[in-house]
Amino acid sequence: MMGSASTMSVSAKIKAVRDRGDCALIPFITAGDPDLETTAKALTVLDRNGADLIELGVPYSDPLADGPVIQAAATRALERGTRLEDVLAMLKSVSPTLSTPIILFTYYNPILNRGIPTFLQEVVEVGVKGLVVPDLPLEEMDVLLPQAEAAGIEVTLLVAPTTPKDRLMAIAQRCQGFIYLVSVTGVTGMRSKIESRVQDLLLELQQVTDKPIGVGFGISEPGQARQIMEWGADGVIVGSAFVKRLAEGETHQGLEAIEGFCRSLKAAIAE
Amino acid sequence: MTLTPISPSNPQPTTLQRPDAQGRFGQFGGKYVPETLMPALAELETAFYHYQKQADFQAEYQNLLRDYVGRPSPLYFAERLTQHYARPDGTGVQIYLKREDLNHTGAHKINNAIGQVLLATRMGKKRIIAETGAGQHGVATATVCARFGLDCVIYMGVHDMERQALNVFRMRLMGAEVRPVEAGTGTLKDATSEAIRDWVTNVETTHYILGSVAGPHPYPMLVRDFHTVIGEETRAQCQEKWGGLPDILLACVGGGSNAMGLFHEFVNDASVRLIGVEAGGEGLQSEKHAATLTRGRVGVLHGAMSYLLQDQDGQVVEPHSISAGLDYPGVGPEHSFLKDQARAEYYSVTDQEALDAFQRLSQLEGIIPALETAHAIAYLETLCPQLDGSPRLVINCSGRGDKDVQTAAKHLDL
Repeated sequence: MMGSASTMSVSAKIKAVRDRGDCALIPFITAGDPDLETTAKALTVLDRNGADLIELGVPYSDPLADGPVIQAAATRALERGTRLEDVLAMLKSVSPTLSTPIILFTYYNPILNRGIPTFLQEVVEVGVKGLVVPDLPLEEMDVLLPQAEAAGIEVTLLVAPTTPKDRLMAIAQRCQGFIYLVSVTGVTGMRSKIESRVQDLLLELQQVTDKPIGVGFGISEPGQARQIMEWGADGVIVGSAFVKRLAEGETHQGLEAIEGFCRSLKAAIAE
Repeated sequence: MTLTPISPSNPQPTTLQRPDAQGRFGQFGGKYVPETLMPALAELETAFYHYQKQADFQAEYQNLLRDYVGRPSPLYFAERLTQHYARPDGTGVQIYLKREDLNHTGAHKINNAIGQVLLATRMGKKRIIAETGAGQHGVATATVCARFGLDCVIYMGVHDMERQALNVFRMRLMGAEVRPVEAGTGTLKDATSEAIRDWVTNVETTHYILGSVAGPHPYPMLVRDFHTVIGEETRAQCQEKWGGLPDILLACVGGGSNAMGLFHEFVNDASVRLIGVEAGGEGLQSEKHAATLTRGRVGVLHGAMSYLLQDQDGQVVEPHSISAGLDYPGVGPEHSFLKDQARAEYYSVTDQEALDAFQRLSQLEGIIPALETAHAIAYLETLCPQLDGSPRLVINCSGRGDKDVQTAAKHLDL
């Protein structure tokens, strides 16, 4: 298993899943919550229990796109002194043991602060395959996307329910890996109901692109994941629900909880 | 006595259109926000350009500024403050105060709140949100929402709610909901983040009245333009009083709206020195300050690239100032641009120096300034001894200090 599939790109992986007729499961966890040792174990747990891609959140002081659960996780991680270089060092040792491509989810300022070329070089070295930068919309993407592409990192762009059609097309054109469809007008976090307009948004997107589409924000239960799959998504991203489970109780309890949860999600979206 | 020529001097690079079509002031500014907000920012920009030129919009805005706000605000010659800094031979800086503290609600913030609420009603938005630090922008927003019958939610850090309790009551009295923000240090940065999250969630029904020349484009431009009346009036009043330009403009800078409102009109008059004063807190060496332009590095916060107080990893650090309105780790992008162009100068004064100035203006002029404004006044201590002759200096007296008496009472032994 070692490293065999770890060279796979984000787009190759999600397309492979799609070609099998499956929907990809994409869990999100926050690095350093409760600590990086646990994050490393959690990545392995997710890798072995149904994750097709994993989004790893770099904790940031001002996460504008995140709701209370992920904000709180980031705050805890920062209070413990989690630093980007520690996150990367952890990935360097863990990623060779994973078959799941890792997507780093980070706000722009830590990238800018590190210097874009340095940052890209470092994330490539530790085996990261993709990037999501939620506060870098299409208009600001030119500083990052071409350099990332040259470095072999795919940058996933987000589209939202508020995105007009001509803009959808422009984003879909430049997007790499997969298109991240934000399912709600809002921040990340668990919601009891999936908005039915997600189905329309998926249809609209599929009319303008054949790139894979992952749906995220607000999906927290297997039934919701299944609904998203049935509406035609190529991937389902689940964040807060994982972060919350991992943070509850003792470390081993958190890891057990996400193991079971990951399996149940996978089962719900498996054909 | 030096007479300043009125004619503008050689065009500087700063005479270029600011911001450019991408919402940039040089490298600063831009739109670093989640995708969900991008269409709303475009809509706001379009609405601003459209209505700004329309006669009925301008008429309504100008009428409200005159009859509701009480504009124009006076340009007042501070005689005893001037005497205080005079040299033995009688020369010295001639100090004028642009009395924004006399506006309805007690600060300059109302200029922008009125402009934006007129945009919001024309865009069909029935719900208004805002962030506030000192509470002056919150009060201004609550005021215009009461005036126009709109739902109003104000985000305010818990620490600021405590130190600006008077303003919390004023907002609630006018029917606004004040939502406490506990994250971080419970100050302006945290309130702004929470307001942006609300906007991301409710963007289709809600207009966000951002209160400073910060945030994503078009806010830095739009807020500046709604405050430009400060500078325009100042120019006319200087012309009327002595037939020329001021030599120096002085204003406090947190996000930088009152400073931009005063400066903008004069940026292309190269003879006019522009000086912004930041919050030095407990001193620049203490790490407990909010002197973004003095001590920050280029970064991205709340949608704009600008100078930013951040740690070695690019995490935003918690600032400190005795003044809730200056207690912010970022700054408006146009100030960063003016600093890098060397068109404006930025310095800082400490909490203690601001408190001293708070007392000094109260005792010499019978004007109790806001603690924010007191920072600008405090810088006279450093500036006046450096100046030859009798230059004319205009301070933006951006707000009144009633809201700060509780805070000041803790520090002043009266």
